[in-house]
Amino acid sequence: MTDALNEVLNLGIAVLILVLGVWAVVARDAFAAAVGFIAFGLSLTLAWLQLRGIDVALTEAAIGGGLTGALTIFAVARLRATEAAASAERPSVPTRIIAVLVAGAVTFTLILCVLALPNPAPSLASAVMAHIESTGVGNPITAVLLAYRAMDTLLEATVLVFALIGVWSLAPDDVWGGHPGIRQHADPNGILAYAARILPPIGIVVGTYVFWVGADHPGGKFQGATIIAAMWLLVVMAGLVDTPPVSRRWVRIVAAAGPLVFIAIGLAGVPTAGAFLAYPHGYAKPLIVIIELALMPTLALVLALLVAGAPTRIAKR
Amino acid sequence: MNDILAWTSIVAVTAGVFFFVAGTVGLLRFPDAVTRLHALTKADNLGLGLVALGLMAQARSATVMLELLVVWGLVLVSGATAAQLIARGQRRGDTQP
Repeated sequence: MTDALNEVLNLGIAVLILVLGVWAVVARDAFAAAVGFIAFGLSLTLAWLQLRGIDVALTEAAIGGGLTGALTIFAVARLRATEAAASAERPSVPTRIIAVLVAGAVTFTLILCVLALPNPAPSLASAVMAHIESTGVGNPITAVLLAYRAMDTLLEATVLVFALIGVWSLAPDDVWGGHPGIRQHADPNGILAYAARILPPIGIVVGTYVFWVGADHPGGKFQGATIIAAMWLLVVMAGLVDTPPVSRRWVRIVAAAGPLVFIAIGLAGVPTAGAFLAYPHGYAKPLIVIIELALMPTLALVLALLVAGAPTRIAKR
Repeated sequence: MNDILAWTSIVAVTAGVFFFVAGTVGLLRFPDAVTRLHALTKADNLGLGLVALGLMAQARSATVMLELLVVWGLVLVSGATAAQLIARGQRRGDTQP
């Protein structure tokens, strides 16, 4: 009975994901497509929960649904002025034929790849569990992210900093170094200001908890940092504080600190443990904690500033 | 005792699902943004509250019960805020219905 119910639930989620995916692609209105995409991210979260991938589900909810959703909505708002002109444009017949061919080829290749996957899928799970003792952490996902495949995490964190530099570089010359985004003005006694006063204390506790619990349970710095970034953005949107000018030294230092500490510890691994990003025996856990502590503020700041966008206003001296 | 808890769950979750269905129907059928918000907030507030209540009756520990209560409370705050903001944006007329 429970199995049958579970199957129905799985089928429902799968259908929902497909429908929302198609909706996000074919919707003519950019805002509707963005909303469809956010709902798509949330249904993916449900799918990961059903697959018992709690860590992935948390990340999908925080980054796939929440943060990317916010970025998409802001992008839609910026594009609104040109949207009517863009959707009135009719591509020529050859362009459309090429588009159909390319999209068809990509889909076909993806189908071939999925069908070519070995069944059962190769798994390194037992190898991960066999050596987890030496990393000192209890959550195998964290062990993979910060010990076995620390290189990937380092590149991920670094790419975010580069993305932020890319966003900043969109600023016109005369406002370079200024405050990102528009100055928000909300009624100081309104509901948004109220929410921005009562939610952040809860959000900071939850974000820090999600970050700290990541060593032994589902959670981690990415999810925790997203929650804290969201709290900061809420306070910014309520107009209670302004975004810092991107020329401030502390902004630059915090944005670069995480990856730099990560690289420094990685380089220290060369003389002490024989390889880049190798941890000397017995020091794995403290080094992982230092890396996570250094990455956390960087991620929170970078994620929030990515949503805030390019500098638009000159900083007052 | 277990029977009472089980019946509490069944009644509360069923009532919660009713509010979700009613809210969804309202969202699809009501003519403008403000009435749609009215339907939607009922689903969010009452529907989720009743489902959370039903699940609390099945919770194994006080911590889980408290967590469910906090989840409901947070959705109440964010739902109320979002509804107010949408309604205000609607009244100013800068969003399409």
